[in-house]
Amino acid sequence: MSALTAAEISHLRKSLRRHPTETEFQMVAAQWSEHCSYKSSRKYISQLPISRTRIGLNSGFDAGLIEIGNDLVLTVRIESHNHPSAIEPYGGAATGVGGVVRDILSAGTRPIALMNGLRFGDINGNNPKVNQHTRWLLRNVVRGISDYGNCIGVPTIGGELEFDKSFDNYCLVDVLCIGLSKTSEIIPNIADTEDLIFLLGGSTGRDGIHGAAFASAGLIREDRSAVQIPDPFLKKILIEAILEATEKGYIKAMKDLGGGGLACCLSETSHSLGKGFDIDLSRVILREEGMTPTEILISESQERMFLIVGRENRESLEKIFVKYEIGYSIIGKVCSGHNIKIRHHSKVIADIPSQIVACAPLLNRRSAHPSYLRKKAATKVHLPKNLGPILIDLLGRPNLCNRSWIYEQYDSEVGLRTVLRPGEGDSSILRLVNGKYLAMSMDGNCRRCYLDPYQGTLGCLSEAVRNVICSGASPVGLVDHLQFGSPENPEVFWTFQQSVAAIKDYCDALKLPVIGGKVSFYNEKNDSPIKPSPVIGAIGVGDNLENIGKARLSPRCHIFVIGFTKEELGGSEYYLSFHKSESGKVPRLDFAEDKRNALAVSNLIASGVVKGVHDCSKGGIAIALAESAINGNTGFDIDISLASNTCDRIDSLMFSESNSRYVVTTERPKELSEILTNCKSRIHCRKIGHASDSAANDTVRYRKGNQILVNLELEKLRLAYNNSLENMLNDVGI
Amino acid sequence: MRKIGVVVFPGTNCERDVFHVLSDVLHIETEYIWHDRQDMDGFAGLVLPGGFSYGDRLRAGVIAAHSPIIYQVKKMAKDGVPVLGICNGFQILIESGLLPGALVKNERLNFVCKWIDAKVKNTTTPFTKLFQKNQKIRMPVAHGEGRYVADGLTIKKLRQKNQIVLSFLNENPNGSAESIAAICNPEGNVVGMMPHPERASEGVLSPVADSIDGSTIFRSLMHYLGESYST
Repeated sequence: MSALTAAEISHLRKSLRRHPTETEFQMVAAQWSEHCSYKSSRKYISQLPISRTRIGLNSGFDAGLIEIGNDLVLTVRIESHNHPSAIEPYGGAATGVGGVVRDILSAGTRPIALMNGLRFGDINGNNPKVNQHTRWLLRNVVRGISDYGNCIGVPTIGGELEFDKSFDNYCLVDVLCIGLSKTSEIIPNIADTEDLIFLLGGSTGRDGIHGAAFASAGLIREDRSAVQIPDPFLKKILIEAILEATEKGYIKAMKDLGGGGLACCLSETSHSLGKGFDIDLSRVILREEGMTPTEILISESQERMFLIVGRENRESLEKIFVKYEIGYSIIGKVCSGHNIKIRHHSKVIADIPSQIVACAPLLNRRSAHPSYLRKKAATKVHLPKNLGPILIDLLGRPNLCNRSWIYEQYDSEVGLRTVLRPGEGDSSILRLVNGKYLAMSMDGNCRRCYLDPYQGTLGCLSEAVRNVICSGASPVGLVDHLQFGSPENPEVFWTFQQSVAAIKDYCDALKLPVIGGKVSFYNEKNDSPIKPSPVIGAIGVGDNLENIGKARLSPRCHIFVIGFTKEELGGSEYYLSFHKSESGKVPRLDFAEDKRNALAVSNLIASGVVKGVHDCSKGGIAIALAESAINGNTGFDIDISLASNTCDRIDSLMFSESNSRYVVTTERPKELSEILTNCKSRIHCRKIGHASDSAANDTVRYRKGNQILVNLELEKLRLAYNNSLENMLNDVGI
Repeated sequence: MRKIGVVVFPGTNCERDVFHVLSDVLHIETEYIWHDRQDMDGFAGLVLPGGFSYGDRLRAGVIAAHSPIIYQVKKMAKDGVPVLGICNGFQILIESGLLPGALVKNERLNFVCKWIDAKVKNTTTPFTKLFQKNQKIRMPVAHGEGRYVADGLTIKKLRQKNQIVLSFLNENPNGSAESIAAICNPEGNVVGMMPHPERASEGVLSPVADSIDGSTIFRSLMHYLGESYST
């Protein structure tokens, strides 16, 4: 599998002024794959505002860093493992977790939390074979994440899940990891001539050969040998050993071995440190006989770390590795110059400037407005008579229903930081120190992004930030994971450009930095691209754990809706599930209103007047209220027509997914109104009803004036919401 | 008061949590015991915390149960030193023969992490003496192999000798026989439990109205040790 094009080969020869050796050629092929080089996307993502930390730490790390005060640094990294998970879901998902944890560890920070974003094809659609395959993928992806994350003792604190036809027989598995460290203990990322190079952890085998190249093409054949093998136990002791060495200051620079294996690790590290390396491949510990030098270089065997260590610390470091019984070898040393010199025993098989390997020639991809969009602009659907059954049906839909079957398989509490567990609030919350806490949310919406990648991506950004706001925290940064089909398809590439433009505009408007990101192209099955699937993670920091918002309705509370509801049902769950319509106008983001409402809700939460808060997203106000009622085991009576809106129809008002809206509940309505009146700008906030007095035999009632739209026992909603995912999964025993 | 030892094997992952609660929350002198340590003098009690010792290879807890430190743990248990095994620690105590029966894969075959209700059935152990008999308590579980099984005779003996310490209430999350959540040896000084008391020891981390029943387990131990010193 040669990933290099004729133009790239000629570029390589010109830069080298000679023919590359076989080994050099393979190193370059791994590094210049789309997966490692970002050759299609770099021009665009480099326009995003990155975070600037006070200590200027943001270079040379795989993870993004952000300082949060109290001498603490957070590291954040998001990664996907889509191709491997699609063919070997257990190992693919598990090694996806493993890879992102290594990135966090590379900065010398302790991984303290994991989240995941999962996307699958139909699970209850018309094709039983697809449904069955989705069940198999979902069960094994979850088991892979659960077995790996639980074993390494890092809590999985939340995530998100979406089903859509465009992922049939495929899946997206995104993993986000957060690390924490003292500022002073961050790995300095420096190297001096004669420093030693350690390869630590797992032995090197043939698994994952050409993994990066495999991920840089559409999924055509099922090449299971390109999937790496997970070993969470080894990862756990690797974490402890490395953090012990980091605390003592023994490690000068560190990098994990991921896509492209040792080849990419060597070229990227040598290039970022500005130093040359002298490596002897015969010193790499192998687990298979007869591996060629090239195979050793590009193997993606898991659980390996690359360390640069001063000679004076060699013995102390080796003592730590012996204590933890971890395999290691010294594979070479740092030298002057900028070349990577690779020997196998005494024979030199590569001697190439790292800059040539690390800096792939960037591509100019063509883009074109997708032709499918011409047919998606408007849509007309009938007005249903009875909204009750629709509400029940929506609550049980795969994209809305309760996810406890998944998150109960994840240890969400190890580490004693988890304040809000999955399902308890709009974000997951971890306590830090001195009363400070971290709020995290991950969001995506491929259907909206399909109909309008620019507005769709804005919607994901707004939702992720809204979720952080709901927890009472202030957003401090974003991470983005941009997942698309082949960049060689101009229509796909256009959707990518739109998505990046949205992130840039949103960050500029809300003055938020992008802490980290990742691009994943070639998400295709049989030449059919997935829907554009940017996934956004928002990170917030709060300092008063007393006031964290829970998505839960309490008895006797007054219910308010903040924000404006418009006829914006394109890509909504209601249109797709009930009307089977995948077109229409998607919600448009008003930056000023988004910011205004976020600030207002933050003020309300900080004042302590808020009892419960939930953002309105998939399923609209109707679903946001139903979820709050189920979580709080409390019914309500509301007049939905009281909410600020410009909707022509009542079903739109119930189920529209307009941005920037919140459901806020309080026991002190007067105080809440006063706070909002004192806001500088006008906030659309209306009281729409109240929660019931007690929790027994409760009902939920949606009215339009005096006309009752929905009147249902809460228990009915609960049953529909709670049991669906498990029922769908149990449909066929696998 | 003398110190409490927290025994750590490669792959243990709740040791820092237990250490934090004992040391920072309850202010008990606490020390880690790495699994190859020889000298075990001066420990008034031991905790074997949860995690995945040796990656659960072969069977949860079985490799750790055959490591040399377990001889010392057994000796101390025989001398009446209170020993608490939590989750993987419970699995290790069972695999080492300090407690009877077996812990097998959960009935539903999945790992389960959630808060559960339990009933305190034995209030005479060093870890439960501050509870009321039949008190309802809340703690989280997080395990894949926590279903307690034993032959009929063993179960009968457990019941007769008051060795069932905690049993699940309302919902049995793993399918344990008799809804067993924790048991002890006939003497009562060795207790193994699937729930994680260290995760239910601080109000801020509790999902239900600041319930901190887990800390009562550790406070019972402090109380017990206080008493045994004074006599």
